[in-house]
Amino acid sequence: MTGRIAELMRALGARIVNNWIWRLGFACRFLWFTLKESGASFRRFHLTIREIYFTGVLSLIIILVSGLFVGMVLGLQGYDTLVRYGSSEALGVLVSLSLVRELGPVVAGLLFASRAGSAITAEIGLMKATEQLSAMEMMAVDPIARVVAPRFWAGVISMPLLAALFSAMGVFGGYLVGVRLIGVDEGSFWSQMQAAVDFREDVLNGVIKSLVFGVAVTWIAVYEGYDAPPTAEGVSGATTRTVVTSSLAILALDFVLTALMFRGH
Amino acid sequence: MMTRKELDLWVGIFAVIGIGALLFLSLKVANLASFSAADSYQVNAKFDNIGGLKVRAPVKSAGVVVGRVGEIRFDNESFEAVVALNIDGRYQFPKDSSAKILTSGLLGEQYIGLSPGGDSVNLKGGDTLKLTQSAVVLENLIGQFLYNKAAEGDGKK
Amino acid sequence: MATSNLVEVQNVTFSYDEREVLKDINLVVPQGKVVAIMGLSGCGKTTLLRLIGGALFPDRGEVRVAGRVVNKLGDAELFALRRRMGMLFQFGALFTDISSFENVAFQMREHTNLPESIIRDLALMKLQAVGLRGAADLMPSELSGGMARRVALARSIALDPMLMMYDEPFTGLDPISLGVIGQLIRRLNDSLGATSIVVTHDVAEALELVDYVYYMSAGKVEFQGTPDQVRAAGLSSLRQFVYGEPDGPVPFHYPAPDYRQDLLAQ
Repeated sequence: MTGRIAELMRALGARIVNNWIWRLGFACRFLWFTLKESGASFRRFHLTIREIYFTGVLSLIIILVSGLFVGMVLGLQGYDTLVRYGSSEALGVLVSLSLVRELGPVVAGLLFASRAGSAITAEIGLMKATEQLSAMEMMAVDPIARVVAPRFWAGVISMPLLAALFSAMGVFGGYLVGVRLIGVDEGSFWSQMQAAVDFREDVLNGVIKSLVFGVAVTWIAVYEGYDAPPTAEGVSGATTRTVVTSSLAILALDFVLTALMFRGH
Repeated sequence: MMTRKELDLWVGIFAVIGIGALLFLSLKVANLASFSAADSYQVNAKFDNIGGLKVRAPVKSAGVVVGRVGEIRFDNESFEAVVALNIDGRYQFPKDSSAKILTSGLLGEQYIGLSPGGDSVNLKGGDTLKLTQSAVVLENLIGQFLYNKAAEGDGKK
Repeated sequence: MATSNLVEVQNVTFSYDEREVLKDINLVVPQGKVVAIMGLSGCGKTTLLRLIGGALFPDRGEVRVAGRVVNKLGDAELFALRRRMGMLFQFGALFTDISSFENVAFQMREHTNLPESIIRDLALMKLQAVGLRGAADLMPSELSGGMARRVALARSIALDPMLMMYDEPFTGLDPISLGVIGQLIRRLNDSLGATSIVVTHDVAEALELVDYVYYMSAGKVEFQGTPDQVRAAGLSSLRQFVYGEPDGPVPFHYPAPDYRQDLLAQ
């Protein structure tokens, strides 16, 4: 009996070390190489611009539409709750704070992971599977500098902008539902919002969150793509892993960041 | 296949509306423009009891927001709460103005009301407000009310 | 360097993890020649090519290209050396997100500061050399397998390399494309004054075109000689390989327990 338990523990330990610790270590080294080889991404900025198009611009529609709907739902639900306490004017506060602090960065991050993150992994994985990365290396061009780094930076740049667009769209959605549809007083909607939302405390912290999520998601995406086994199953598995891992990373990081930022108020 | 020009255009549009959204959040939602910390001065006020006052609560005068609570700490010598008020540099108040802790509505948030005095010298950064009135704590109020009632009852006998 | 051998592989041993892929290989490629490395799938040919290109490093031994020991070069020197090498990958490995023209122009843009007009002329010349100037604006997904291979060939000669390496250049091509690629390998080698290494298991095509053959089996060089010597060789494993016999030193059956016993085991 004890022998079997020991066996089980050993198997579990080996799994954890091989699948997690080892991969994490390699992922860190990979991030370091990416940062070290980032010169070309900025010196030849058109490389990064191209990737911003694929990660940022092509994610616009899903971000804008989702933001609008999330804001509209917040408007409806928030009004429903607030009106019971006779404080429906605080709707603007509720909508804007929940978007700027939490939903904006988190939901935009999750959407970004599934829209852009998976695309990055699939693209890099396919380039590896079809030997494009090896070919590049044989042409004396470093694939990390030429392929990975521009995608990484494009993601890091795009994510805060997308999160801000999501929040702005959400506030607009809440305004549409709350003020236009239900008839909450427009003046108090905005003024209460402006009185309650602080630039540094709420907006800036939200931007920092989205920046952190952007780094996490694109790091995971480029790493999974680069590390994918060069086969069709390998690439599809890596794509799935990107979405799962980065979603978990976003939620876990969100907890940590929230605990650090909004403690004690 | 897109040409580099088209790509640049789209990414440019993306950057512009993204930064526009950031500006919207900072200016319209957080109202950064109307009150910047750089252009404010800080005065202190001591209270026996601040009730539920929180950092960043508004400081109002005649109902207009003129500043925000910057910091709340406990003074170990006088055993009072010291509240630092960041007041917008555009607004000047006489030196003998008084501060009250008020509540918006029955259950709303607490804020500080500034009532201007009559002194010819204005407050400046680092000053301490002399006249303050603490928060009304509902429990104390109810206790007092009950005590008075009881006293009235005793008197009638 | 006085040597007339462009590539020298000396006593090279290489293993992936525990599995030894190359065992004490010796091989030379003389300047200006087209040399074939032949052998069965998995005998270590492609690994050898990667060692010469510096993508892998040997466990023991030395790989010299143009007199320099590849496995002892720093990153910068290795990259400088690779600019003078061209490699054609098994399925071309064209960059799928840019056009044929941009594929060919890729290295010129990365490694030179030539003005756009010169890059255009050079890239079109390379495409002309493989007969695909007309396909300059097509995307790789619009090319047939043979055309993609030719564009990839144009790309690998973009910077006029001194050493060309071909990894299974004939795999999956129709007979016409196959003939075209074979001719191009020979012609480009002679007109560029380059040296070529062709890794292949396509015996018939390779024997027509190369100057010298190394035949590898199980990580060792089993036989070397001119194509005529190969055809005449008495080595049984080589005979099986050259003439495509199904059974011989390389058995038809994968190792298995006795057939009779296996069936009766139940």
